[in-house]
Amino acid sequence: MNGAAPAIRLTAIDKYFGAVHANRSASLVVQEREIHALVGENGAGKSTLMKILSGMTPADGGTVEVGGRDVTGWTTAEAIAAGVGMVHQHFMLVPTLTVAENVVLGREPVSAGTFDRARAERDVERLCEQSGLAVPAGRLVADLSVGEAQRVEILKLLYRGARVLLLDEPTAVLSPPEVAELWKVLRRLRDGGATIVLITHKLDEVMAVSEHVTVMRMGETVANMATSDTSPEKIAKAMVGRDVDLAVRQGGGAAKLAGTPGAVALDVRHLVVRGARIEKAVDDVSFSIAPGEILGIAGVEGNGQTELLEAIAGLRGVTSGTITLGGADITHRGVHNRGEAGLSHIPEDRHRRGLILDYTMAENLILGQQHHYTNNGILDRHNIIDHARRRIVEYDIRPTDPSLPARALSGGNQQKIVIARELSRAFTVLLAAQPTRGVDVGAIEFIHAELRKAREEGKAVLLVSAELKEVLTLSDRIAVMYGGRFVAMFPRSDASEEVIGPFMTGAARGQVA
Amino acid sequence: MNTRTRVLLEESVLPPLVALVVALVAGDLLIMAYGQAPGVVWRALLEGTWGNSYGFGQVLYKATTLACTGLAVAVGLRAGLFNIGAEGQLAAGGFGAGLVGLMLPAGTPALIAVPLCVLAALAAGGAVGSVPGILRARFGAHEVIVTIMLNFIVLALLNYFVSAKLHVPETLHTPEIHAGAVARLSGTFDAFHGSAANWTIVIVLLAAAFVWGFLFRTRAGYELRAVGLQSDAAEYAGIRAGRVWFSAMAMSGALAGLGGINFVLGYKNYYEDGFTGGAGFLGIAVALIGRNNPVGVLLAALFFATLSQGGLAINAMVPKQMVEVLQGIVILAVATAVPEVRRLLRSAMSRRKAAP
Repeated sequence: MNGAAPAIRLTAIDKYFGAVHANRSASLVVQEREIHALVGENGAGKSTLMKILSGMTPADGGTVEVGGRDVTGWTTAEAIAAGVGMVHQHFMLVPTLTVAENVVLGREPVSAGTFDRARAERDVERLCEQSGLAVPAGRLVADLSVGEAQRVEILKLLYRGARVLLLDEPTAVLSPPEVAELWKVLRRLRDGGATIVLITHKLDEVMAVSEHVTVMRMGETVANMATSDTSPEKIAKAMVGRDVDLAVRQGGGAAKLAGTPGAVALDVRHLVVRGARIEKAVDDVSFSIAPGEILGIAGVEGNGQTELLEAIAGLRGVTSGTITLGGADITHRGVHNRGEAGLSHIPEDRHRRGLILDYTMAENLILGQQHHYTNNGILDRHNIIDHARRRIVEYDIRPTDPSLPARALSGGNQQKIVIARELSRAFTVLLAAQPTRGVDVGAIEFIHAELRKAREEGKAVLLVSAELKEVLTLSDRIAVMYGGRFVAMFPRSDASEEVIGPFMTGAARGQVA
Repeated sequence: MNTRTRVLLEESVLPPLVALVVALVAGDLLIMAYGQAPGVVWRALLEGTWGNSYGFGQVLYKATTLACTGLAVAVGLRAGLFNIGAEGQLAAGGFGAGLVGLMLPAGTPALIAVPLCVLAALAAGGAVGSVPGILRARFGAHEVIVTIMLNFIVLALLNYFVSAKLHVPETLHTPEIHAGAVARLSGTFDAFHGSAANWTIVIVLLAAAFVWGFLFRTRAGYELRAVGLQSDAAEYAGIRAGRVWFSAMAMSGALAGLGGINFVLGYKNYYEDGFTGGAGFLGIAVALIGRNNPVGVLLAALFFATLSQGGLAINAMVPKQMVEVLQGIVILAVATAVPEVRRLLRSAMSRRKAAP
């Protein structure tokens, strides 16, 4: 790097949220024209640090410098004016407006007092060309793919003249080809003079695209390395503070046995399920899972996985088709009945479905099984607390006080509550939707081990994950879901990212066995 | 300070206290605007309520009705339903109790008559309350609209029954009831002489204890609160929201209806059109200030009853409408204070932790 001031210099940043010390004297230096990865487990303080940098929240201590200028405590408006912009995990786009309209929103070109749509589209098209971000400027945002929508977010920043781009977990919603495309765009932007900070917890992304990496752990910045001088193992160790078995994360540890031949735990035939906006979110899907087998569903989010699992769990009505659990037709049974019949469900959204955030850990650990902790309608408090204490120890949930509300726990520990509850009940079939979403490396290892244990105990597991690696690592068979259908089904041995990728984007269509 | 104590402080204790302080300051300003000395007026208010036995009895009497409507609104809110219909349910409860009292032969032993009248009050209030519950569960009709409209319907119907069928000429009340009267507290304790305070208060205390036990110690209460806090998670847990809505509204209506006993059997011994006098609506404030907790509701009911009775005591110095303004200020303050207090406290604590 040259002798000039770095693009970003954060020094000794402190930030509290109530009792939580989110940033502890965190420091970050990012040079001009580099792609800098900011990694750490969930809750390590990455997003907080970026929010302070982009002016969304003030720091409680420390200084923020951008381009050598002290800008501590600035606002988002000032940050944008100075060319610092953030792409959030959740897109902030108006679906009913076109790409061009979204990009110029708030800075619309005006002629004769009215919105100059033609100029807006011209400007945006030119911007697309310069940056290499290909998006049709006249298309409605509602009609875009997730990858395209993300490009619109980046275009919005570029339109406002951003030179420093902060991206918060940008690949969480992308398929592998879209990820590769994003890396190309980021490199091109950097070559064009932009500085990019990439928040991620995926080590392969760090290795693939960054020049420098800063590791955060428990609010502190614990390591800062040139990517070329480090390895995934070193980064993981810095993230967790101990050695990590990366085999769990990065393939390997392949399937041992592939289910009990002949037996069927869960059978789904010609299932059609209505979605919120489309008639057939799930379109004629059939499959079965044997006891002791994990069937993984790969696919870009929003291709019917959510609807499929909700239909099996009884949370969403079925248009046609049948669902059979251990020989019994459960197609029209209620949620409670399905649970009693042996269905366990780790829902994809723990904050909406999996937990009642204002309930205590103990109360959450019986959610869905409250009938089993009741005597004549009265809650059996002794039993509930006892159950909670045992699960907390078994699943290493922290903090350990069962009377704390679930809201007070970190994301990883909240997910452990869900996992503990669903795996400790009596079940034969487990629906696991995004079981490790937003969970740190250590907890991922643990959850994967638990899912494997369930399989070894003869449970049938239906796994849906946006993490292709996770699906590849855990599954005995892998189905690829696209546009509401199973477009391909592979045994573990035939599946790889390269093979599956084209099916996920609909580029290839196969025969479903 | 551990997390549980902090949460309790922040969410339950502080907002009402802050509201109280705000109301006191606002009250000072109002009193001064009338050219009076705040200290003198406040003292008069306290002496007219907690300071003498009659005033205190009246406070207890008013608090009894408010506790019922407050509990009613609280149970609804715990299930995520906003019951604006406590006024109509209260009236229906009083009417049901009065009707049964009138039908019973004079001289029916209290041991039989009172429970029958109480059951009638619960049933009548519960019936009115369950209507919005059913409409919500079956057709998704919003309970706020339905309960507001039901107030008009129920009050008009009761007005018709009383004025067309049951009234004593020249009045808007029924003939005197000869069975099922609840004794005044003054019959046992001389201290309450002349006040309307009666043994209904014991029934209501039992009801509050029951509501607490139901909400926090039974499976049905667990499921009810789950629906109120996060209906998606409740659905995931196999809880049928429709059933919960129905039973919560029925229970809410029954609790409001119970309040009718206080006036009809404990005070006047007849049903009188318009006896509710806004106690059903004030129940919303009581539940809000009481943070939907039965214990909090009882305290809030005492507080509002004190204000209401105290308004009479200071009428000579300032218009009694001043206390109505104060009630409004308290409600506004609590509604705003909850998130505010939490944020203030958090930043204060983090500063203290950062300091050492």
